[in-house]
Amino acid sequence: MPSAAACPRPPSSRKPGPFGRGPYTDADPDTDPDSGRPSSSARALSDTVRCFLVLASAGFRRYSTYRQAMIAGVFTNVVFGAMLVAVLTAVAEAGGGRPGGYTAAQLVTFVWVGQGLLNVVWLWNWKELADRVAAGDVASDLLRPVDPLAAYAAADLGRAAQALLGRLLVPVVFGLVFYTMYLPQHAVTYPLFAVSVTAATLVSFAGRYLVNLSAFWLLDVRGPAMLWTLAVGILSGSYFPLRFLPEWAQWLLWCGTPFPSVFQIPLDVAVERTSGATAAATVLLQLVWAALMFALCVVVQRRAVVRLVVQGG
Amino acid sequence: MGDSARAYRELVRAQIRSQSQYRLSFALDAGLTSVMTLLEILTVIVLFRVTPELGGFSLREALLIAALCEFGFHIADLAVGNIEDVNRYVRLGLMDSVLVRPLSPLGQLLATDFPFRKVGRVVQSAALYVGVLVYADLDWTPARAVLAVVAPLSAAALFSAVFVAGATVAFWWIDSGEIANAFTYGGRQFGSYPVTVYPSWLRSVFAYGLGLAFAGYQPALALLGRPDPLGTPAWVAWCTPAVAAVAWTAALLLWRTGIRQYRSTGS
Amino acid sequence: MSRTPRVTPAIRATGLRKDFTVKRKAGRLRRTTHTVAAVAGVDLTVGQGETVGYIGPNGAGKSTTLKMMTGVLTPSGGELSVCGVEPVPRRKQLARRIGVVFGQRSQLWWDLPLRESFRMLRYVYAVPEAEHAERLAACRELLDLDAFLDTPVRQLSLGQRMRGEITAALLHGPRVLFLDEPTIGLDVVSKQALRGFLADLGAGGDVTIMLTTHDLADIERLCPRLVVVDHGRVVHDGTLAELHARHGSQRRVVVDLDTPYDELPHVPGAKVDRVEDDGHRVVFALDGVPAGGLIARLAQQGGLRDVAVLEPDIEEVVARLYARGA
Repeated sequence: MPSAAACPRPPSSRKPGPFGRGPYTDADPDTDPDSGRPSSSARALSDTVRCFLVLASAGFRRYSTYRQAMIAGVFTNVVFGAMLVAVLTAVAEAGGGRPGGYTAAQLVTFVWVGQGLLNVVWLWNWKELADRVAAGDVASDLLRPVDPLAAYAAADLGRAAQALLGRLLVPVVFGLVFYTMYLPQHAVTYPLFAVSVTAATLVSFAGRYLVNLSAFWLLDVRGPAMLWTLAVGILSGSYFPLRFLPEWAQWLLWCGTPFPSVFQIPLDVAVERTSGATAAATVLLQLVWAALMFALCVVVQRRAVVRLVVQGG
Repeated sequence: MGDSARAYRELVRAQIRSQSQYRLSFALDAGLTSVMTLLEILTVIVLFRVTPELGGFSLREALLIAALCEFGFHIADLAVGNIEDVNRYVRLGLMDSVLVRPLSPLGQLLATDFPFRKVGRVVQSAALYVGVLVYADLDWTPARAVLAVVAPLSAAALFSAVFVAGATVAFWWIDSGEIANAFTYGGRQFGSYPVTVYPSWLRSVFAYGLGLAFAGYQPALALLGRPDPLGTPAWVAWCTPAVAAVAWTAALLLWRTGIRQYRSTGS
Repeated sequence: MSRTPRVTPAIRATGLRKDFTVKRKAGRLRRTTHTVAAVAGVDLTVGQGETVGYIGPNGAGKSTTLKMMTGVLTPSGGELSVCGVEPVPRRKQLARRIGVVFGQRSQLWWDLPLRESFRMLRYVYAVPEAEHAERLAACRELLDLDAFLDTPVRQLSLGQRMRGEITAALLHGPRVLFLDEPTIGLDVVSKQALRGFLADLGAGGDVTIMLTTHDLADIERLCPRLVVVDHGRVVHDGTLAELHARHGSQRRVVVDLDTPYDELPHVPGAKVDRVEDDGHRVVFALDGVPAGGLIARLAQQGGLRDVAVLEPDIEEVVARLYARGA
């Protein structure tokens, strides 16, 4: 079919407007014709980092607008925290000794930091990607020069940072004021806890992301989502400290599943349940799990994107 | 009357049809959610691994409290769980289309999108309850047998009342959903353990304020034939059904007020 | 002997195909699957700086083609290169070279003010500050953005949002701008503003524009090359005038008379299309002749009250084109 331009083309010697970049030739495809400057890997790295930070800050700001939900959520945290502390304190008193190796004060800290941590690592449903796939909005995500995994991870870390300020602070302060909490004795615990919480968020995010990726294959992701939420709820220690379980079960969970890395390990670090070296080892375990889960996400996503079917002709 | 019943039946039938289209998800849903009913029981068992007693109660006794409370909660969740949608309906303005139809708004909210997947949980918690009753090795009397049947229903009525009351707040305060959760799911958490472990301020709110001591604790005391360590007289435990009826009536009145409020402001 | 390298076409598609599997219930438990070809072999070459309109009935494969070109969907067959690269394997590289505006989806951050979206896009696309500022300033002026630059995106009207989307698509200086039904749902004023902007952009020759639309007024205004697809295939590729010529759509002259003609006049090159109103209105169809001759002849005859000349109706032509393929 003949292709003919109906409008007269302006002479090519015209100076390009703000949107212009000048024509490119067949010689260019492998090099970037857009920037005349040589692309250095250092600049590419700083660009990537800045892009990541910007996306994270968007996640942060998005969640800081949910002021009312935050207050209601904190209220819920305090109520549940008070109940859990009562139950676990009764366990410690009646049991005598150290249930699961914790003192009563350590259990109190476990509960209050845990209530705050629930929202930072997000042990509940997260269906944003799945919903966008179902609606076809994921196309917008694929149009950006960023890997969707990186973009969503950045946003989630931003959200977690916001939760650190909004949801962790109040329960911990409540516990400090009204209860006898165990306070870390070693200075190294604080930075180690920070790393641990970051790793826990990453593991949790990777798990949720994997579940959402199933939306590319399944019509309805409720099943896998339930499976994940259930597993991560029980097996991460949010119902009862995993140290209450028999030793073989603990080994199985720690080394065989990513779940303790999401909740139990950071809390054990906070209450100094184990010595410094062991605590550092568990944090390392978390990082290994995070790497594994992310690798899995990359592999599955590659397949998923090819399978994409977007509604509308 | 016959027309309304038929209307509800058709609504429910349509729901079954549309929900079963997502077959795999439905099966997974029904299967997995029933695992969740084991959770509180499992937690109690795990706790007793590290302690011989909890709040002065043994494993059998604590299990009875938990199983009873859970059973009642799941019945309530199945029956009136949908009421939590009120929040969403009011926010999105869908409440108007509900009020326009010639059916009771409460009935519509409950019948629309009826959560059949929750039936699995009810069945499972019923089985657990029966199992725990056997395990508890009770001294059966005719009165206790009747109470054993009535208690879960009373617990269900109590939790339903909390669900409805919590949801009604949405008519005055649109984003109150999460606050209500603190009382509904918090109530379930509270009722699953002996009331003796809690500090008095928590007890006043949940045990007596919301009446949730009657969801599991008091009936269990009566069934076990144990006096209350907190000092309430024995006959109080047998008032469980009455307390449930009062709570449910109060909740319905509150609901009616909420609807009237919505109609008058039309927001 | 040195040759100047050939300028790469902005878009080149050869035998482009996309198949979808559709599941259908056949009886109580069984399900059959069969393959539907949404795009069934599309050949298209678009040069740099061109503006192309891509139209077709619903389900013709327009949006599917666009999604393949932008790297969102993987083609089932054929060859495709956009800005010199293959879309799906080089998705991220391509993303920097193209801008996309979806009529019904948004590229902006919903909760943040429009200004913030623009700022963030600078970092996402790694655009040098000066370039970004220059383009943003141009868009602010041409699209009148200042009034709502600080409003959160979710509070914008559709017209305002579309102006924001186009700006967002152009800030990183793409070479090709894809628009998928950009005027859908817009009020008349916004449509005109948008069309004006795109027309100027296209006329500048810096940006290749590929636009899918249902609104044929878009096509007429932007004066592009027109590609019509139906059932996944290209049925016309040329200018608007060629479309009219090929499908024999004609200009019409509507004549209102004081008294009906006793005998309908015969003028070479003009045929009577229909007679209305008891003979008081006669519609002539012109077969490639100018209207002047016919009007002069009729004026001689006398009794003319009013004359109107109607341009060929593009909707009619396209509808006929669709119907032919159905």
